[in-house]
Amino acid sequence: MADGERTAFGDLLRPIADPPVRPDLISLSASATAAASAAVDPPHGSRSEADRLGASLKELADADARIVFVGDPGRTDPGLALPGNAVRTAKYSFLTFIPRNLFEQFRRLAYVYFLAIAVLNQLPQLAVFGRGASVLPLAFVLLVTAVKDAYEDWRRHRSDLVENGRAAPVLDPAGSGQFRPRRWKDLRVGEVIKVLADESIPCDMVLLATSDPTGVAYVQTINLDGESNLKTRYAKQETMSRLPSITAGSVTTLIRCETPNRNIYGFHANLEVDGKRVSLGASNIILRGCELKNTAWAIGVAVYTGNETKVMLNSSGATSKRSRLETHMNRETLLLSAILITLCSAVSICNGIWLAIHRDELELSQYFRKRDYSGGDEKYYNYYGIAMQVFFIFLMAVIVFQIMIPISLYISMELVRLGQAYFMIRDKNLYDESSNSRFQCRALNINEDLGQIRYVFSDKTGTLTENKMVFQCASIRGIDYSEGKDPSPNGSDVYCVVVGDQFWRPKMLVKTDPKLVRLLRSEGETQEGKHARDFFLALAACNTIVPLIVGTPDPKQKLIDYQGESPDEQALVYAAAAYGYVLIERTSGHIVIDVLGDRQRFNVLGLHEFDSDRKRMSVIIGCPDRTVRLFVKGADSSMFGVLEKSIDLDIIRATETNLHAYSSVGLRTLVVGMRELSRNDFEEWQSTYEKASTALYGRGSLLRAVASSVENNLQILGASGIEDKLQQGVPEAIESLRQAGIRVWVLTGDKQETAISIGYSCKLLTSEMTHIVINSNSEASCRKSLEDAIAISSKFVTISSRAQNTITGSGSARVPLALIIDGTSLVHILETELEEKLFKIATVCDVVLCCRVAPLQKAGIVALIKKRTEDMTLAIGDGANDVSMIQMADVGIGISGQEGRQAVMASDFAMGQFRFLVPLLLVHGHWNYQRIAYMILYNFYRNAVFVFIMFWYVLYTAYTLTTAITEWSSVLYSVLYSALPTVVVGILDKDLSRRTLLEYPKLYGNGQREESYNLKLFILTMMDAIWQSLVVFFIPYMAYRDTTVDGSSLGDLWTLAVVTLVNIHLAMDVFRWNWITHLSIWGSIAVAVMCVILIDSMWFLPGYWAIYHIMKTGLFWLCLLGIFAAGMIPRFTMKALAEYFMLNDIQISRELEKFGNFNDFTGTEISMSTFSQTHPGFIR
Amino acid sequence: MGDSTSPSDGPAEPRRKSKKPKYSRFTQQELPACKPLLTPMIVVTTFALIGIIFIPIGLASLSASEQVVEIVYQYDVDCIPEQSQNDKVAFIQSSVTNKTCTRTLTVPRHMDGPVHIYYELDNFYQNHRRYVKSRSDKQLRSKASEKVTTNCAPEATTSDGSVIVPCGLIAWSLFNDTYSFAIDSKTIEVNKKNIAWQSDKEHKFGNDVYPKNFQMGGLIGGAKLNASIPLSEQEDLIVWMRTAALPKFRKLYGRIETDLDANEQITVTIQNNYNTYSFEGKKKLVLSTTSWIGGKNDFLGTAYLTVGSLCLFLAMAFIVLYLLKPRTLGDPSYLSWNRNPDGHY
Repeated sequence: MADGERTAFGDLLRPIADPPVRPDLISLSASATAAASAAVDPPHGSRSEADRLGASLKELADADARIVFVGDPGRTDPGLALPGNAVRTAKYSFLTFIPRNLFEQFRRLAYVYFLAIAVLNQLPQLAVFGRGASVLPLAFVLLVTAVKDAYEDWRRHRSDLVENGRAAPVLDPAGSGQFRPRRWKDLRVGEVIKVLADESIPCDMVLLATSDPTGVAYVQTINLDGESNLKTRYAKQETMSRLPSITAGSVTTLIRCETPNRNIYGFHANLEVDGKRVSLGASNIILRGCELKNTAWAIGVAVYTGNETKVMLNSSGATSKRSRLETHMNRETLLLSAILITLCSAVSICNGIWLAIHRDELELSQYFRKRDYSGGDEKYYNYYGIAMQVFFIFLMAVIVFQIMIPISLYISMELVRLGQAYFMIRDKNLYDESSNSRFQCRALNINEDLGQIRYVFSDKTGTLTENKMVFQCASIRGIDYSEGKDPSPNGSDVYCVVVGDQFWRPKMLVKTDPKLVRLLRSEGETQEGKHARDFFLALAACNTIVPLIVGTPDPKQKLIDYQGESPDEQALVYAAAAYGYVLIERTSGHIVIDVLGDRQRFNVLGLHEFDSDRKRMSVIIGCPDRTVRLFVKGADSSMFGVLEKSIDLDIIRATETNLHAYSSVGLRTLVVGMRELSRNDFEEWQSTYEKASTALYGRGSLLRAVASSVENNLQILGASGIEDKLQQGVPEAIESLRQAGIRVWVLTGDKQETAISIGYSCKLLTSEMTHIVINSNSEASCRKSLEDAIAISSKFVTISSRAQNTITGSGSARVPLALIIDGTSLVHILETELEEKLFKIATVCDVVLCCRVAPLQKAGIVALIKKRTEDMTLAIGDGANDVSMIQMADVGIGISGQEGRQAVMASDFAMGQFRFLVPLLLVHGHWNYQRIAYMILYNFYRNAVFVFIMFWYVLYTAYTLTTAITEWSSVLYSVLYSALPTVVVGILDKDLSRRTLLEYPKLYGNGQREESYNLKLFILTMMDAIWQSLVVFFIPYMAYRDTTVDGSSLGDLWTLAVVTLVNIHLAMDVFRWNWITHLSIWGSIAVAVMCVILIDSMWFLPGYWAIYHIMKTGLFWLCLLGIFAAGMIPRFTMKALAEYFMLNDIQISRELEKFGNFNDFTGTEISMSTFSQTHPGFIR
Repeated sequence: MGDSTSPSDGPAEPRRKSKKPKYSRFTQQELPACKPLLTPMIVVTTFALIGIIFIPIGLASLSASEQVVEIVYQYDVDCIPEQSQNDKVAFIQSSVTNKTCTRTLTVPRHMDGPVHIYYELDNFYQNHRRYVKSRSDKQLRSKASEKVTTNCAPEATTSDGSVIVPCGLIAWSLFNDTYSFAIDSKTIEVNKKNIAWQSDKEHKFGNDVYPKNFQMGGLIGGAKLNASIPLSEQEDLIVWMRTAALPKFRKLYGRIETDLDANEQITVTIQNNYNTYSFEGKKKLVLSTTSWIGGKNDFLGTAYLTVGSLCLFLAMAFIVLYLLKPRTLGDPSYLSWNRNPDGHY
């Protein structure tokens, strides 16, 4: 039926051949807008698109551009220099495994330290430990890692094999024009490849033709970037039309493209066919890893293969950051190094002095024997003069005391973080049912940072809100229709399209206003009804949505699923469908809309994509009634400028009032306009449009200019209000975070009114708050606003009785302040001297709300805090526009939601919902911080005790670094005797239960104030270590001074004493004993005893059978018992005193867990009192 | 797996495999656990218990140590004749001087047999790094490994290159003073059997290894060995080769199996051969009985008494503290934000 209309403008109605580069994203929110620009823009976003395009063409002329001869791989790549399409995700081959794996492993500092010590030990003069003992621990760690790597690599080999063995039809280069299947790994650049529907694309290729006559192909990029919606790609008309001659090889076609890079959203190339040059963009290339959908076949030419494909170039590992705690730990490690050097110097100097004093005795004393008489010439035996001896002793001391620097701690920390990540991933409270996604740990180094966050920077759209847009109300010609009723669940009043004997129904139901429905259906001929019809036609036509028909179990019923990249557009099309304007089909040339039961075909004559400058999009539609109409939709700010004001002024006013009302209840608004184009208008437009779209240079800006020239004098149709639903649990989450002393800042691209209303609905803003609003558009006015703001805030601050501590300010009894600032003001503030003022005012405010901010400004705001304070920052967002902020913050969290996966890819952690932030920070963050902090301190202590024991002994060996403890035990001490319990406790111990931590968010302050790890605790721990080492060493020393005890027996006593003591020490600090903790602690002691027995069963070691002899004596057991008691008394006493008399929130909460009747407090007394205290409104 | 899939999957939705973490007490970190707290009761009980256990042990140790009778006689300076006092090293190194030295010791209290005879060296670093390493356990154990002298320098081979058995500084420096005892001119038998560990005799020192080229070098370190007795029966060597832990040490010389009565005069004949004079080392002869805590040792008893009474004191101190500043455990009003409603610390 629509076909008949086709001749209206004759050849003018030829479908546009080449839709612009990215004819997609439309949305009113600037946050989504910015998403588009951020996706393409390099960080220095000042250059316009035209400049970039020009630059890229210039670059492409350079010799380093890749020239691809279509269908002729031999000429494209004569020297076979380009990689084949075989991919290797495997890192190693059979031959290279050992050298490469070792190289990889030794990139860790810890291993290099181990190796250096082991090498030092191999020098004959310094051989402190035997060869085996010195190399064993390193070899063990290397072996375990190597086996793990080898297994992973083997699995990668297998998947590579499967991937490379898949087949794809390839054009026979002989010129027969036939496609023959070939294995993926044999594909080469320049070959012409055919891809069928639902098949994966084997390499990056430029589209030459598709089954669609207009050259459209749809691809799903879920494997590439995780976005599940369909994206449209286009083959150029130039190649479409010449396909037979291209496949026959009779036309030379060549593509000049940029060298392989990892930008999956950009592609610059041009195509030369028959001497005609056409430029290619990202919409002309389909990438490996995507799947072809809704398109029967597509033919393309391979331009990037194998490891040069964009998906392979993007498969890099997680980001690496260093946690705050680890930075502090490195400071203490330096202190330990200083202690180590002091000990070594002390030993070597004492040795020098001893040698000097006893110089004359060395010749004859039996135990020294300076000379070697066996050779006859009486040379010195292993003696090189005092200076050299001192030097050697120093190096030997480094070897003996090496574990003072707990290098093994770095390895255990990796294990612990792995374990913590396992529990975070497995936590069912962090699982999002709606997106079926678990928590993801992408960075493994910063688990403990989650326990120290002070600032949360949150995106709004998709983070606080669901980014599931729902059409709520419309204002048509100034009349508000917002009495929407939810569709009844049985679907009787849902609008359906009847196709044959099938019912097609939109997948998402939208509430409809009965008044408006009546207007559309029955009063279509009135002026009002006509406007309403035009309004919904505009909604159904002015978009880039692709309808997909999906089956249901009921064969008579099908669902229409609208696929598109902008959720706002989806909402509008669903709304149009609900009111009877159902978009059924889209090709690049026309759309089919079911208009109230009548199926009509509209030709899409032109489309101006959305861009962030114009903030609107438009389509030119050839209607069945032979008129040509321009439909425009866009942000109110941009639309009111292009409306025809002379005729509908009162309607515009009424619409503005409605818009204000919509945005104040948190709706996203959008204005729709229309203009009928005369034949002259249209022809004029078409010629300029064609010129612009085939231009080689500055195409983007030319197209924009064309769009601006036609989008004016519009007649207003109406405006729509779309609700972006608040995510579940957001107000409660924000309240919890606030109580935890975390400041939540919201950075959004939305309008100020929308932002403020969302702020209210998520309890970020309360009615007691005083708002400070900064909306300025010059530097001078910004300065003035800031100074005023500081004056206001200081007035409020002085009202409150006490001086403010910015840290706990949020819970203080004063008038809470909220700062609302917009992007325009920030342009004049960020990176100028006004930043300091902004920082000052922002830190006294309880809430900061930034609206209309660009992606880079988000990062700038994070930097504002990060640069000036030591406080930890966390950024959470879901869109590409949040990437810069996520990367800037100490901890970046991506919401794996609607807006694609760039945020997730850039983040350190990813999860499904904003509210998971509460269990993540308050529970896991607290636990992780507390666990790692304790583990670091304990490891410092554990190794120091051992080193000091050896040091005391060295004082009794004429400073010659003999160790009574066998070399095997000293090597196994930190690897086997005491390693496992720290790891287990680091993964499993919980100071407080999840419930308590959620009940009392303020307990989070422990991590913010760095209470579990600080210099004071470090010093106390080291003092404890020295005391314990004195006890372990001197009790046996005094007890065995006048006996026949031999070195090995005493060494065994010291070994067992220290191993048991450090494990008891750990046991005393464990908060929760479950069977794993029991097993690891008592098991470690048992293992140590067994190892000592085993070592003493080796006849070739000097200590043969010593343990059996000493264990038979009562003195041995008395010494052990005495050591445990004497060693633990100071710590136990301090602990008992501190826990009882120094009131510590964590301690009291632990008691509460154990003794308090928790149920009595839950939700009543405590939570109410804390609630009211953070809301001074109740107190005033 | 199947039971955990969500029921909310719509009919139109292609059935996805739910990634919902499977519930287990382990993965949710809810393993049953005991949560010990240092309550006043536990603190006081712990201290009191340690005190109650340690004080009796201390007393028992002290009394055991008290029962041990010990005679210590330092003879290194005593046994050098008057004229050689200025050059003790020359005296001890000379092969012609008479090194026999006879002294009389008085038994202070009744000593129950067996009475252990020890020699005690002081300032002798048997734990010196150069020294402890200088031995070959392989060579000591079997004749087949006779040539294994890797660590034995500088006493590995003689100047002509033949292997020394037992090699190394430790064996070379074997102590060679001897003692004989008599009461009223009646010689007291010294039992030198079983002074070494049985394990060493059986497994560490071979019964087919005989001394060879021993003590033939330019410098004599100590005792010579009878080349016809296998190492496994050279108990003095075995004892000596269990190197001491500390620079002051005792080694078992032999046992007197009979009781010694109080005030008995023992005549000791010492062959003062061993050179400790070059490094001012002290030599002592020790006769001692043993008890269950070994020899005479007051330290452990004193230490136990100290720790025990300290713990009792702490128990008392904590009781007083807890009474003076009582606090309800787990009272939420002690939480910092409840104590200071302003939220300041």
